[in-house]
Amino acid sequence: MTRTTAAPRVQDHGVESVAPLSRAAMAERLAGDIPDGWYVNLGIGIPLLVGNFIPEDREVILQSENGLLGMGPLQQPGELNTWIVNAGKQNVTLRTGAAIVHHADSFAMIRGGHLDLCVLGAFEVAENGDFANWTTSLTKAVPAVGGAMDLAAGAKRVWLLMDHTSKDGTSKLVKTCTLPLTAVTAVKRIYTNLAVIDVSERGFEVLDIVPGLSFEGLQARTGAKLHRPGG
Amino acid sequence: MIRKRVETFAEAMTGLKDGAVVMVGGFGAVGQPNALVEALLEQGARDITIVANNAGTGRVAALPRLMAAGRVRKIICSFPRSQGSVVFDELHKAGKLELELVPQGTLAERIRAAGAGIPAFYTPTAYGTVLAEGKETREIDGRMYVLERALHADVALVEAWQADRWGNLTYRLSGRNFNPIMATAAKLTIAQAQHFVELGDLDPEAIVTPGIYVDRVIHVPYGDPPPAMANPD
Repeated sequence: MTRTTAAPRVQDHGVESVAPLSRAAMAERLAGDIPDGWYVNLGIGIPLLVGNFIPEDREVILQSENGLLGMGPLQQPGELNTWIVNAGKQNVTLRTGAAIVHHADSFAMIRGGHLDLCVLGAFEVAENGDFANWTTSLTKAVPAVGGAMDLAAGAKRVWLLMDHTSKDGTSKLVKTCTLPLTAVTAVKRIYTNLAVIDVSERGFEVLDIVPGLSFEGLQARTGAKLHRPGG
Repeated sequence: MIRKRVETFAEAMTGLKDGAVVMVGGFGAVGQPNALVEALLEQGARDITIVANNAGTGRVAALPRLMAAGRVRKIICSFPRSQGSVVFDELHKAGKLELELVPQGTLAERIRAAGAGIPAFYTPTAYGTVLAEGKETREIDGRMYVLERALHADVALVEAWQADRWGNLTYRLSGRNFNPIMATAAKLTIAQAQHFVELGDLDPEAIVTPGIYVDRVIHVPYGDPPPAMANPD
């Protein structure tokens, strides 16, 4: 298994020295929480990194929305088979035991609650589990939704893998989403570069914080109230 | 005697009319019936509605050229925006190409439903989002659902791996995607097949699309799809 190092420590307004996780480290943190035997869909973009960090002693079956069950890593130069693509239209491999289905069957797997987990990226997530990940503007950008809404509505669990704040420091974890929603009350857990947070009846429940950051420091970077687990 | 094989693209496209709703198989560049879309460009029908997952990339592929030629009025798809979807972007921004954006699973199920004689269905997908606005919703067993209608087509263009004279089809790897369901949802289904085989050569258990859904087959040894983009959207 590839080991990753955290991003360099940054000085945080002279108060705390915080080391946000790199994207690879976030993906590795999430991958470590996926149990043996789960069927998992990884959204395009950063969530696909999770596939690189599944511990080798676990069989986790990756599904790709275009009809692959048992997706393997990206193809290496020299083994190019352009007939196999993943949801991001990258040339990938199939694991031994893989199956291929058509689109309606693939989304029956997704919508029918057969996937244990779906990992998606997000622009915004609210304390009630609403989230937005498909477009930042209905007027300025050409919209494209793909399978995000089906995955969000259908998987047994939706975990988000995302930065805690935008580059200007604005929290992506909010009381109420302002961007066009992908799904309502769908998110169960959030892995950010600063923390791991469950979405419960009470709202955001903090499970884990990166070293060097206090609960209060995390709260200062979060746009909704945080709860201590069980507290 | 059933002979669904045709020898020319003109024959394959016979009867395709202006205003037709045309399904085009494929996911990205894989399993896309490019030769048939070229033939549609050649054939001349206008005011077409395209149903496809993607809106094509670049300027030289058949689907972008069909759109650039002003022959497509509307596209129904889930992911029109991608790296290099320049023709779609330009036409859509200029107000010359209508877009109906549909979540990918809803698109697939609407097509499946059309082929299976189901006029509409309730789905949890998109409930509470802008893509469900104006649609009927209903609570069933404590959860909210959106009513979606079947999506029928006049013509389906599909790419198969193998075909026989009855129109039985197989697909290759990710080339399967939307092709088998689109084949069921159109009044006229036309397949381009990489290999044409004798009746009986296909294992009955390995046939994905039985010939009942297929009207015409043309043998097009098109070759492998292009390598995927290094850093796709």
